[in-house]
Amino acid sequence: MSDPTFRDTTLTGATPRESESPVLPGLLAATWLIASKDLAIEFRTRTAFFSALVFALLGLTIFFFAWDPTAVAAIDLAPGVLWVIFTFSGLLGLQRSFGVEQADRAMDALLAAPVEREAIYLGKAVANFLFVVGVQVIAIPAVALFYNVPLGSIWLSLTGIAVLAALGIVAVGTLFSAMAVNTRLAELLLPMLSLPFFVPVVMAAAQTTSRLLAGRPEAEAWPWLRILLGFDLVFVVACAIAFPYTLDE
Amino acid sequence: MTTPDIRAAHAQAQSARTEAAKGRPALVDGWIIAAAIAVIAAYVRAIWFTPAEATQGLAQKIYYLHLPAALNAYLAFGVVFVTSIVYLWLRDERADRVAESSAEVGLLFTTVVLTTGPIWGKPIWGTWWTWDARLTLTLFLWFIYAGYVVLRGAIPEPAQRARYSAVLGILGALLIPFIHMSVYLFRTLHPMPIVLKPDRPSLPPEMLHTLLFSFLAFVLVYFALVRARYRLSIERARAAELEAALEGGR
Repeated sequence: MSDPTFRDTTLTGATPRESESPVLPGLLAATWLIASKDLAIEFRTRTAFFSALVFALLGLTIFFFAWDPTAVAAIDLAPGVLWVIFTFSGLLGLQRSFGVEQADRAMDALLAAPVEREAIYLGKAVANFLFVVGVQVIAIPAVALFYNVPLGSIWLSLTGIAVLAALGIVAVGTLFSAMAVNTRLAELLLPMLSLPFFVPVVMAAAQTTSRLLAGRPEAEAWPWLRILLGFDLVFVVACAIAFPYTLDE
Repeated sequence: MTTPDIRAAHAQAQSARTEAAKGRPALVDGWIIAAAIAVIAAYVRAIWFTPAEATQGLAQKIYYLHLPAALNAYLAFGVVFVTSIVYLWLRDERADRVAESSAEVGLLFTTVVLTTGPIWGKPIWGTWWTWDARLTLTLFLWFIYAGYVVLRGAIPEPAQRARYSAVLGILGALLIPFIHMSVYLFRTLHPMPIVLKPDRPSLPPEMLHTLLFSFLAFVLVYFALVRARYRLSIERARAAELEAALEGGR
């Protein structure tokens, strides 16, 4: 392997070292260590990222041909398409999140590591968040391009909504990913458990986006944004508290 | 393992099952019978002794089934929420059994709500289904607790199953207000509350009494079914223990 950092990151990725980042307090340092481990795996293999990305692009193509373009304008479809492919491509990343820990019983090593259990959840969530946002960085401009959406004036607001939506989806999805891998149904269970939880997020994000695109007054988008913010707040806290209960004791 | 060994193991398993069946309480007991009689009485009263509604006619009678089922579904999911917290706190398997039983009965009631609603909606609204706020909320309750029941079925180990389902039972209850708020931002078509509102109920007394009677009958059905399901879960756990003992003894 020509990459000089290869050996070093592999080691630090698997075993948390006290000296790793002395600036950060324990929980944050451990969180970042676990997140960077997952991101390193993803960066080297790139399997999930590319499949999620291709999935998102395929999704927006299929959606386009599922509607009659003479009856519904592409721009009216765009917000719905955007947030539906956002949700489903996000699920692909979440599936993998705890799936990778099953090989060689890596989860046991993670649990044996001297880190708080909340840090495992937060680290996984941070990695998933960056994964979902990474897919969106390409998928959102792709939707804008293929559906001819003028993002010019609203791209900043749209980025804000995407971040809030990703936070909500990742908070719940990371927890359910941890639960689903330990069941008999494994990956089949994750969409079944998570999708009802994604509904308020997708509704709020799609409604806000369509109002922004239609140039409606901001006041119309506020009630939806409040739901999104409330959801993020409640479920980030609740899922971080609930996560240790899903681990073997 | 030789054939006689397998035969012996089967015989042992058979005797273990017979032992488990001994002293098993009948699942149809006084509670179930009382609940059935109460429901029959509520319908007799609703159909023959309560006046028909002026504009909706006989279709309105389904209300005496629809509303009590809906309220009891909420009761059931409330019980799942509380017993899930109690389980994670005290690790008492009885709390987990009550949550399991209540979720299944709640899912049954939600199914009743989702079936009787369209039957009423077709003649009155002119459509089987509409994406009205309360219909959508009920549909999502059904999805959440269907997921809960599937999750339980996918985990063989009792303690792990109890912990996971308690987490889902709590998060599911936290989700309901968010779905409620989201779907209400869409417009609603559903009849507005006519009993549980700050003002006096705007229902004629005969109808109100029938409704309350029917509601109480359904509360009885809820308790009878949860009780039966609770006992079934104890039986199942005992059967699983005996099977496990047999496996270990081989």
